[in-house]
Amino acid sequence: MKRLFKRSYLTLVLLFLYIPIVVLIFQSFNAGKSRAKWEGFSLRWYSALFEDQAIMKALYVTLTIAVIAAVAATILGTLAAIGIHAMQKRPQSIMMTMTNLPMTMPDIVTGISLMILFTFSKIERGYVTMLLAHITFNTPYVILSVLPKLKQMNKHTYEAALDLGASPSYALLHVILPEISPGVITGCLLAFTLSLDDFVISYFTTSPMVQNLSTLIYSKARIGIEPTLNALSALMFLALLALLLTVNHRAGKTAKA
Amino acid sequence: MSQSLNLPGWVFWLLGLMLLGMVLLALVAVRRTNGIKRSYFSAPYTLWMVLFTVVPVLLIAYYSLTDANGAFTLDNFKNFWDSNYSVNQLYAQMGPEYAVLIQRGTVNIGILAYSLWMALLCTVICLALGYPAAYFMADREIKIGSTLVVLFIIPMWMNFLLRTVAWMTLLEDQGLINGLLKALGLHGAQLMYNDGAVLLGMVYNFLPFMVFPIYTSLTKMDSRLLEAAQDLGADHLRTFWRVTAPLSVPGVISGISMVFMPSVTTFFIPRILGGGNTMMFGDLIENRFLTEGNWNVGSALSLIMMILILISLSVLRKADPEGEGGGIV
Repeated sequence: MKRLFKRSYLTLVLLFLYIPIVVLIFQSFNAGKSRAKWEGFSLRWYSALFEDQAIMKALYVTLTIAVIAAVAATILGTLAAIGIHAMQKRPQSIMMTMTNLPMTMPDIVTGISLMILFTFSKIERGYVTMLLAHITFNTPYVILSVLPKLKQMNKHTYEAALDLGASPSYALLHVILPEISPGVITGCLLAFTLSLDDFVISYFTTSPMVQNLSTLIYSKARIGIEPTLNALSALMFLALLALLLTVNHRAGKTAKA
Repeated sequence: MSQSLNLPGWVFWLLGLMLLGMVLLALVAVRRTNGIKRSYFSAPYTLWMVLFTVVPVLLIAYYSLTDANGAFTLDNFKNFWDSNYSVNQLYAQMGPEYAVLIQRGTVNIGILAYSLWMALLCTVICLALGYPAAYFMADREIKIGSTLVVLFIIPMWMNFLLRTVAWMTLLEDQGLINGLLKALGLHGAQLMYNDGAVLLGMVYNFLPFMVFPIYTSLTKMDSRLLEAAQDLGADHLRTFWRVTAPLSVPGVISGISMVFMPSVTTFFIPRILGGGNTMMFGDLIENRFLTEGNWNVGSALSLIMMILILISLSVLRKADPEGEGGGIV
């Protein structure tokens, strides 16, 4: 009885989270344009999707920015984490404050402050400014996922490697890096997803000429979203789901082996 | 593609050079660790953060303390306190007979109070809904806790703007819920464009951020403590209040800060689900900057927002001094 209650409670909460997604996917298969009326099954929005220039361009912007920003933030952040870890206490706490500051700042303030910076230094807002902004808000997340791994690491392993004749660079690549790689990968994936989903910071750091999917959706939200956008997000959703399942499957396999 | 993005070519060069520089620096650092102190590895990051975080924040502070001509002034903050400030100044100059017209405008304060109230409601609802969910998930009887965590994460992969727009389909006058109500022979209701709809959208978007940290703190708990409490004769309720609840405080604190903060500053949700009938502090800031182009007042508002957030975070941190709550990671 108690177990039934627990399960139904969790089911209800999950239902609440999934209802809009189910609605969205249904709409993408709706033959009509109306949001609420079902006019029969159709794939027309999926075929229209690939001919829609604005959406394809926004998709290109979103994906390239997410990939470049995630890679840049991972390099920058991993180096920074190794550096911060090796620091004395005082400079370390200064660096941590600087890392935490953008994470505690509301997105809207981050976005606006960068907009002011770009306008102030007469840099035209667009693709590059959006990319710079994304690298900026991603890097602290990478640092915060790498640092715990560095702290967990036994520091004698590194010293042992040196004693056994490894050069510091060799030890860094072959001892430290493999140890912290789970943190690096988590940080990179986190940066990628954050970048993919960001709206507020992109909104303030780009021009209407260069839109990512979020700002495109925003500009259309008041006129009415076309079902093509629903089709696109349904596809992206499925792609991510497939990715997760393969990763899980692989992880399961290696765990067994 | 680069032509259609309408950017001067040098920007791409600059960007490419920066990325190349970073990679080179990484390589050099790795090759020559013997020569370089490892703490220098964070130099590029430090430079980056100074350029893109510290300087921008200082710029906000600069704009908030100057007027349109760049002269020092506190008017922007007075404008926050009294939204009729500039008109009132005019009346005061025009002579004593106009003094009766001077009246403090409460628009900004009102919007701030409204945002704080909505954020508070959202946080309370998220806690009320999310705590039991996290508690049941962490329950060993359920066994599929980690799968459930993934189920909570998956919805967040769908663009949150689209998910919010999808609620419109459900809530609007001709929408699914009203359709269902009418099919049952009941009256339809006006569900959109009010506080309730905005609140629903906020709870919907921020609920997972309450569930995750609480779940994490509950799973970290030593289960032997519960057994000990039961052995010592405490019943379920007593065990919960005296053992489980206190141990989950760090997760709750972390959840509260992760829900409250974005709630105060959200500006998309009220615009879509509130339909412009409601304005929150985030809207106000965006409005000052992009609609009115008044950077000085906008900066003052942003600064006030930031200080409020920092104060509330430090209060919350007092309640969880060790910062054990952690984030989603």
